[in-house]
Parts: sequence; structure tokens; C-alpha cells
Amino acid sequence: METGQGIRLGADIGGTFTDVVLDVCGTPYSTKVLTSHDAPEQAILDGIELVTADAGIRPAEIKLIIHGTTLATNALIERRGSRVALITTEGFRDVIEMRTESRFEQYDLDLVLPAPLVPREDRFAVKGRISARGEVLQPLDETALDRIANQIAGQDFGSVAIGFIHSYLNAGHEKRAREILAGRLSLPISISSEVSPQMREYERFNTVCVNAYVRPRMSGYLLRLRERLAKAGAVCPVFMIHSGGGLISLETAAEYPVRLVESGPAGGAIFAADISRRFSLDRVLSYDMGGTTAKICLIEGFRPRTARSFEVARTYRFCKGSGMPVSVPVIEMIEIGAGGGSIAWVDAMDRIQAGPESSSSEPGPACYRRGGDRPTVTDADLILGKLDPGNFAGGKIALSPDSARRAIGAEVAGKLGLEPWAAAFGICEVVDENMANAARVHAVENGKDISGNVMIAFGGAAPLHAARLCEKLGIDRFLVPRGAGVGSAIGFLKAPFGYEAVASQIMKLSRFDPEALNRLLDSLRSTAENFVRSGTDGELRCEVTAFMRYAGQGWEIPVPMADRAFSAEDRDRIAADFRDTYADFFGRAIDGAEIELVTWSVKVQDIRPAGATLSLDTRGRPVRIRDSRTVFDPDEGIERRVGVVERGALSCGDRVTGPAIIVETETSTVVTSAFDAVVQDDGAILAIRKEARRVPR
Amino acid sequence: MSRVDAIRMQIMWDRLISVVEEQAMTLLRTAFSTSVREAGDLSAGIFDRNGRMLAQAVTGTPGHVNTMAEAVSHFIGEIALENMREGDTYVTNDPWKGTGHLHDITMVTPSFRSGKLVAFFSSTAHVVDIGGRGFGADGKSVYEEGLQIPIMKFADRGEVNRDLLRLVRANVREPDLVVGDFHSIASCNDTGHRRLMEMLDGAGLDALDELAEFIFSRTHGAVMDRIGALPKGSWSNELTSDGYDEPVRLAVEVAIDESGVHMDFDGSSAISRWGINVPVIYTKAYACYAVKCAVAPDIPNNSVSLAAFSISSPPNILNAARPAPVSLRHVIGHLIPDLVLGALAKALPGKILAEGAAALWNIHISARPVAGGAGRPAEILMFNSGGMGARPGLDGLSATAFPSGVQTMPIEATEHTGPVVIWRKELRPDSGGAGRYRGGLGQVVEIAPMDGYEFDFSAMFDRVSSPARGRDGGGAGAPGRVLLDDGTEFRPKGWQHVPAGRRLILHLPGGGGYGDPGERSPEAVASDVVGGYVTRMTGQDK
Repeated sequence: METGQGIRLGADIGGTFTDVVLDVCGTPYSTKVLTSHDAPEQAILDGIELVTADAGIRPAEIKLIIHGTTLATNALIERRGSRVALITTEGFRDVIEMRTESRFEQYDLDLVLPAPLVPREDRFAVKGRISARGEVLQPLDETALDRIANQIAGQDFGSVAIGFIHSYLNAGHEKRAREILAGRLSLPISISSEVSPQMREYERFNTVCVNAYVRPRMSGYLLRLRERLAKAGAVCPVFMIHSGGGLISLETAAEYPVRLVESGPAGGAIFAADISRRFSLDRVLSYDMGGTTAKICLIEGFRPRTARSFEVARTYRFCKGSGMPVSVPVIEMIEIGAGGGSIAWVDAMDRIQAGPESSSSEPGPACYRRGGDRPTVTDADLILGKLDPGNFAGGKIALSPDSARRAIGAEVAGKLGLEPWAAAFGICEVVDENMANAARVHAVENGKDISGNVMIAFGGAAPLHAARLCEKLGIDRFLVPRGAGVGSAIGFLKAPFGYEAVASQIMKLSRFDPEALNRLLDSLRSTAENFVRSGTDGELRCEVTAFMRYAGQGWEIPVPMADRAFSAEDRDRIAADFRDTYADFFGRAIDGAEIELVTWSVKVQDIRPAGATLSLDTRGRPVRIRDSRTVFDPDEGIERRVGVVERGALSCGDRVTGPAIIVETETSTVVTSAFDAVVQDDGAILAIRKEARRVPR
Repeated sequence: MSRVDAIRMQIMWDRLISVVEEQAMTLLRTAFSTSVREAGDLSAGIFDRNGRMLAQAVTGTPGHVNTMAEAVSHFIGEIALENMREGDTYVTNDPWKGTGHLHDITMVTPSFRSGKLVAFFSSTAHVVDIGGRGFGADGKSVYEEGLQIPIMKFADRGEVNRDLLRLVRANVREPDLVVGDFHSIASCNDTGHRRLMEMLDGAGLDALDELAEFIFSRTHGAVMDRIGALPKGSWSNELTSDGYDEPVRLAVEVAIDESGVHMDFDGSSAISRWGINVPVIYTKAYACYAVKCAVAPDIPNNSVSLAAFSISSPPNILNAARPAPVSLRHVIGHLIPDLVLGALAKALPGKILAEGAAALWNIHISARPVAGGAGRPAEILMFNSGGMGARPGLDGLSATAFPSGVQTMPIEATEHTGPVVIWRKELRPDSGGAGRYRGGLGQVVEIAPMDGYEFDFSAMFDRVSSPARGRDGGGAGAPGRVLLDDGTEFRPKGWQHVPAGRRLILHLPGGGGYGDPGERSPEAVASDVVGGYVTRMTGQDK
């Protein structure tokens, strides 16, 4: 099967819009269609009709469809999933309800914890226990399982999850329990040792419950989609993008839909990764800011960083710990409640705050005049002159500076005795600082210094804030690519066929057992390859990562390993690699402490044909800009006339001197006085900090 | 200061909080003991050069945070500013100058900029062992409770004090973990320092003085507004703790006037012969935490927000001087918020939650092979939480730490640290106090040694003979119980033995209910029964 060329289609179902991008031998055609929540596949079909008509092809000519969706995420946020029966180890019925036994906010005594996905009466405990060494301490009570099967059969359950203690070490009981239940029930059964074979019972049990919870809905949707596509003439293979940024078959996705959670944002990161490869940028910070949230992701060596777990559906001010943990491989990004729609307010210390509450698309910012009367970041952007009131969304929405000024005046400026422009400046500074702080903490968590990175900014609000964010982070260059509005769907088309298999096996390095390790890696390799082979017969690349720590620590760091069989002689090498990586993360290694291997990950993906590479044009030829408007300069704290130019009026190689604003249909790129901007060969805008304004390093 | 400058100051304040968050994150990621890395028993903060706390990480637990707020001035007093050098790090576990018991290691690092002292970073973490009798109530004085490290240098101009580390290694049961944690604590302060320098570089600043004044004046204004809105007068409350061998009486009078909230603990029991005494620094930490939750939950913690709350006490169990044993100061310390909130409930009727399990049910286990057996001894620490009191308008949270801010450890991680099997860790039905809003449920934990092993455990439990009381007509939560699977009852405090082949069973207490149980909504009653949270029709307490 061809994966690199021909006619391919990417479809991204988001909360508000469904983006469809058709790539006809390198020429893109894209459209945005409103998402229909009752029949999400409808938007894809509508989109296909539009883009194929545009391109003048028939749906039957499409060779490959790649699809990502927030449907699984939304089902979790809105709690619209199936009734799940959880079968778990006796004594541990309440693991998913007791969570971490802590309050994610220390001072709020009216805190409400998110309800568990499976209520207590639907959790069934059964005897049978595996030890921390993977040995059977107590046999599985098979008679009890018969009884439980009958109880489940008599009620309206839609799905079954099985999660036993230490099943990541020994899956025997979980598999046997599935066998027994499958003989008596015609429900889909998910087991934790397959969905998420990692240590930590709360995370693993919750993950298998998530899978079971969204499985009937997602598999129903996916099968319906394939049928309707076929009816519409699109009979090509359909693949799904997963949270780790690779592709999986529709069948795999229907069985493990938890892997689809966060697949849309993953597409955005792949989009940025593809651009990083095009320009040979080794270290990139991808920055995606939309209406409600901002997402930041580190990309190194043209690949987004991945993690083994994340938190979904946060319920309390995007507060860490207020959502639920999902332990599956994921493109690691931080998401904070900072978007164009984030609402600004004043706290008890007379400090301006922005978000995380958002006005969303309805009623929207005050300046939309659709009933929103609370000030938002977009209102502040408008007051500061960053947005053109008459040319927003290609003129489809006329923005009202008066409404923005009124809202900011009432909620912020009036309370603080500030002029509206000063209050607007404060709002933007606060939201930019929130994002900068999130990026800094994220960098620390990963042991990285990001000041040398290039930022790639996309999403409706990112180009408005990128320059200031770069100033705060000490970053000297940012790129605003073309097609930034449908970045995720474009990203889907660049995704490799890939799968990451992960399993825990704790082994002290002093008792290094290469045979056991090789057995584990072989099994992970074959699991991952099987998934990938369902989509491609191209050449594969395999990456092996060990998650290691000093014995006694609780947090493992990823250490890249060679993809080969290990022998006893490898022990010292592995120890040295760990110490180096540890020193990279935390400053210095610790002498003499025992090292242990905890978890292994094997990521297999096909090798994508390299696209054309471009080199960054950092010089360009200066162009004069005729139009101007009054804009607030955050650096100097004054208003000044700033050049304004249409992005479409600029040609490759044009250099615009900051301060300037480059406007386009969906957004504007703000080039502050610290930056110049050069249009690249592919139409991307590269902003470069002026020599004199660089932070010495 | 112009108004736009004020915005810039606010941004730097936000940045400072991010700096200490990075500091705490580094500690969390590098720590060795499960108490720190899984449970988050730590804190991190930045102080101005006078030792006043400017900001603290949200990550952390009140007992550490609010004690550490005062600790830095002790370091300044002991070392003296003129003797401080770039690259130095100071350390102590002095219960009266640090955070109340020897297991908490506090480190302070002066932060220099162009040769001038601009700030201090401080952090605290609970290490898994500190020698002596181990983590328990049985020491007769602090001398039996472990190695005492007076304020001294951990690092001198970047050189780690190897003699200190050798001494620590020789005195503790898990030297690798403990020394590893020493390094982690020091390195998180270094992270804070580096981030602060970047922040000052970016802002073109040489010092924090102006920012400190901004933070303190803004905080002062906000706290005083809250205090102004409180009723004025004084209200008192009493509470009984199980104590060690006899019940302990805790008493408070809370006085509110224009200047702040003052709490006096006169009338509390005398100093105990057992290690359940509380240094006054720790009493203050939890007393202030309680008031802050009730009065100013949204105001960031710093020296000024804490300064509006003051305490006093004659010498007694809540103000125990050296050499009183204090190892388990957290058990009675964790009851202080219930004590203080009970008095505030009289000042602010209808606004304050019921009593809860309060004290964490921490258990320290020393496991070893039975005589003649092979295998390695191990020290295992678990944090478990009972039920929180019902709130006016909401049920209490089940099995949730309050007032402590720590998390529990995954039992899969605990079982990897030593030869024990946790057979049960789940909610305890019928343990929440009845009420219009039900108290949070406690939990049941069952722990057995692996085959071929036995263990001693240090009990540090409360609310066994004095359960959490309800409020405004709500019923009491179920009391706790500690027993062996053959029915043998254990004491709630002290070291005790679990032989091979037996199981230790802990019934953690529930939280008190709020309001008349007869007013509980029929839907809530029905869902309690369907979920098995309540198995008896009335929900009345046993």
C-alpha cells in the first residue's frame, strides 16, 4: 500500500469544527465544517464532498483516509459513555474512587472530586492475587466469576473492564477471567494488562475503565463511519491517529479506543514536527493556542516528546490532579486554560487574572457582540490594536472595540483605576506569563532548557501572542506556518504508521538478566510490529527506551537504548547511559546508588519518505509597508503607529521590520519591536529577534 | 509606582511562584523515599534576605510549609549573614527550628547575585528513617528519636560535607535512600536559584526588595479586608485525642479583633511522656492553616498572610519544649484544625465543616525474615486517610487527607519496597457520620508479612476512642480500630508485633455528619444504600 503519496485525506473532528484536508499529489484542499454531535460522521462526509468537488476528483480516487477525533475525549468530559462493570481484585473495589486520597487544592474546603467512571455498585471484587514478584499468591476464584457473569448479564451493562493487582507483571488471572466472562456474556471486555501494562493500580485501573467506558460508542461510530464512507464511494482504508501520534487500524482503535483520547492535539504536534523536519530544526517548541486552551509540546530531532501517561477531563480550573489519569503512550504536552476566549477578572489582591474560565465560541468575547459581556483575551488583543476590527475571520465577524472597551472597563480597568489600554496590556501580560510559566515548568519536568528552541506557532490565537511569549522565554525565533488553522488535520497526513508497546518489569542492574529482558523486548517488538503491519509493508524503524531510576526513587527517566538483543556485557553501558541522562535531567548523578530498570517501551514505525527540505531564510529583503495603525507596544509601554500588511501581499523573501502586524483571514501575526519577520519559501513567516534585543547566554 | 509598573510587579510575583513550583517539582522527581516521591510530603519556598517568606510552591503540605516559613530566620540567626557564602547549603532537622520532628530534613540555600545575597531557597522533605527508635511514639525524649542535626553546613562553597553524610549513613536504617534524599533536597534549592537568576536577568533587576514590598503590601491589604469582614469577639472549643496511654485534652480560645485572629491553647493537657508532643512551631502551622482555609483560602501564602494569625500557649502538649519526644507530633498536630474550626464554627455559624478523621493513619513497618530465614529486612512507610467531615452543603470526602496535603502511595509501589502484602485497601461502609450531609467514609487496610517474614509496626493512629463529632445535628463518624485478624486488639500508638502468617487490620475512622440526618434527601439516602456506602437503614452511628 502506498503511504507517502497519491490522494490522501485527513479529517479532524473537534468540539466545534471538523477540519478536512485533501492532499492531491502534494496540492492541499481544505475545509471547515460544523461538527454535528449526533452524527459526527456526517461532517466528514460533508467535508469530503466539498474538498473533492474543489479538487475535481471522485471520492473513490482517495487512496487513504486518516482520521482523528475528540469524540472519545468529549465522551469522558461529558460523561456520555457506557455502563461499565469493573471486575477487580478483592480488597480493591474502591481504587478508582479513592484516587490518591488527596485534595488537589489545599485551601478550598468545598472541593468536589470527580466521580469515578464506574459507580461502586458496578464494581465486582473477586479473589485471586498476584505478588509484586509476579507469582500467584492466591488462585483466581473462578466460581465467583460465574456468579458475577450472571449478575452482569441480568443488567443493562454495555461493557466490561478487568483490572487486577500486579497484572502488569502476570496477566494470567486477567486473561482467565476474560475467558470465563466471554463464555457467558456478549459484551466487549477490556483487560488492564493489555490496555495499560504499567505499575500503579489507580492509573492502570482507571485506564482500563476509560477504555471500556468509551468502547461501545467509539466502535459503533467507527463502523458506521466506514459503512457510510463506502456508500459515498470512499472505499479506501481508513486509519486512526492515536494519542502517541502514530496510526492504527480502525479495528485496533475500536478495541482500544482509549488510545484515541487526545488524538487531535497529537495531530497538531505532528504538524509542527513535520515543519521542524522541513527546516531541519533540531529543537522546537510547538505552541498551539485556540479559543479555550493553549498546548505546548517539546519537539526534538523532529519528533514530539512522548510520555506514558497523562490526565484527561480536568474538572477544576485545569488544576493538576482534578481529572483522571490515563496511562497510555501519548505525545507529551501541557494544556492550560489560556485561549482567546479566556475571561479576565480581578482577584482579592487586585491582581489581574485571565482564565481558565472561557467564554467559548458561544457567547464568545464581548467584541463579538453575541451576548458575551465579560472581557476576554481577544477583547484585550483588539484594544491593543493586535486585531483589525473590520477584517476578522476575513470580515465575517465584525469586532466591536467599543464592546471590548466596555467589558474591560467594567470588569478590570474600572476596578483598578486603569485606562482600558493599560488593563488590556495587563490581561495579555498575565495570559502570556501563564503560558510562559507552564512552558518553563514543563521544560524542568523534562530536564530541558528551551531558550535555544525555535517556536512553531499555530491555532487562531497563537500568532497574536507568540512574539511576547518568546520574549518571556528567551526564545529568538518563531515560525508561523501556512495552514495553521487546520494544522491537526494536515498533521494527520504526516503521521507515520506507528505503535508503542509498553510494559513494566522491575530489574535491579546488579541483577541484570539479559535473557528475561530479551524475552520481554521480543514480545513488545512483536506486539508493536503486528499493529504496524496492519497498515504498512514499508521499512520499519524501532526505538527502544528503558525507563530507569535509582532504586528507591519513584520517578523514572527515559533512557534511549540500542535496538538489539542484550547480553551480560551491556550492564555497564546501560549504567553509564543512565547516569548521563540523569545528569542531563537533574544536574548531577548520584555516586554509588543502585540503579534499576522499571519499564520498557518499544516504538515501531514505518520510515516516512523525507519531504523536500528548506533552509531558513533569516535575511530576506526589506519591504516598505504603507498602511499602519495604532498598537500598544508592551516592551516600551506606549502606543505607537505600527505597520500593517496582508500576509497574501507578501512574497517569499520579504523582510518586515518590527513592530508590524501581518494579517490574514483567521488571525494576525504580531511582530513586536524586538523582532523582524521574513517570509519563507513555503510561505511560513519566520520572526527573528533583532541582534540588539537578544538575551545574552 | 505607576499602574503599569504594578502590572509588571504582578507578573514577577507570578513568576516567583513558578520558580518555587519548579523547585518543588525537582524534589518530587528526584526524591528516594516513597513519602516524598509518591506522597508529596515536602515543601519548597523562597524567602527575602531578611528571612521573610515571599512565595511557596502549591505542591506541599501545610505542616511543612507554614513551619518552614519561620525556619529560615533560625538559619539566619545561627549562621549569621556575614558568614554565608555562594555555594553554601545549610541543613537541620531540629524539631524546634525546623518542622517539628527529626524525620523532616530542612535545607536552606542562600542565593547570591553578583556577590550580593538576594534571597534564600528553602525546602523540606520527610526521609524514611533517621535512626533512633524509628518513626514512632515510644521515645522518652528527643534523644531516643534519632540523629539530631543542628543547623550546620550541608555544603560549603559547593563542597558537600562528607563527614555529615558519613555520620548520617552510620545512623540510619536505609542509608542509600536517606542520603539520596539529602542530595535531592539540596539540588532542588539549586534549581530554584538558577531560575531566580534567569528571572532577574530577564527583568534587569539586581534585587528582590521592591518586589517583596509589593507582594507584602498587596497581601496585607487583602488579608485585612477579610479580617475586617469577620465578627469580632472570642470563642472557645475543646477536643479529645486518644493520646498514648491516656486521653489528651486540646483546648483553644480564638479571639478575632481588627488586627487579626489570635489563638491561645491554654487548658490543653500537659506534656506527654510519649512522642506525641507538638513543638509550638508545628501547632502554629496547622492553626494558621485552619484559619486561612476558613477566611482567606484564595490569598497566597507568605509571611504577611501568615502574620495576621498568631498563637500563644503556656508549656503543654501543644507547646512542648526540648527535650520532649516529638516524633509523632503530626497526630495531635493534625487535630488542631478541627479544634480551631470548632471555635470558628461558633463565630461563623453554618459555614464550617464537621470534624473528620484528621490525623493521617500513617504506618511504619519494619519487616524482617523470621529467625533463621533468608531475606533482607526493609522499612516500609504507608500513608492512609480516613474520612473528612461533611461540609455545609456537601458530603464529606471519603478516604481523603485533611488537613494534611499528602497523597497515598500505590500499593503496587509499596509492595515493591518490602516483603509485605496489602490484602485490602478499600472504603469502610457505615463509617461516615449521619447527617443532612454525610461524613466521608474511612477505609479498611489489611497488611500481612510475606511468607517467611514477620514485622513490627509503629502505630500512629487517633480517633479510636474519640471519634470525629458531627456539626449542627450531624452524627459522629465511626471510630477507628486496630486489630489482628484473629481478633486481638492493638493499641492505637506504639510499636507492636505482627507474627508470620497473620494479618494486621486497620479500620480508619470516618468523618462527622453535618445537619439533621432526617433532612437528608431521599435520593442521597437511596444512592448511599445502592453503592453500599451505608448498609443499615438509619445510617445512625454504632
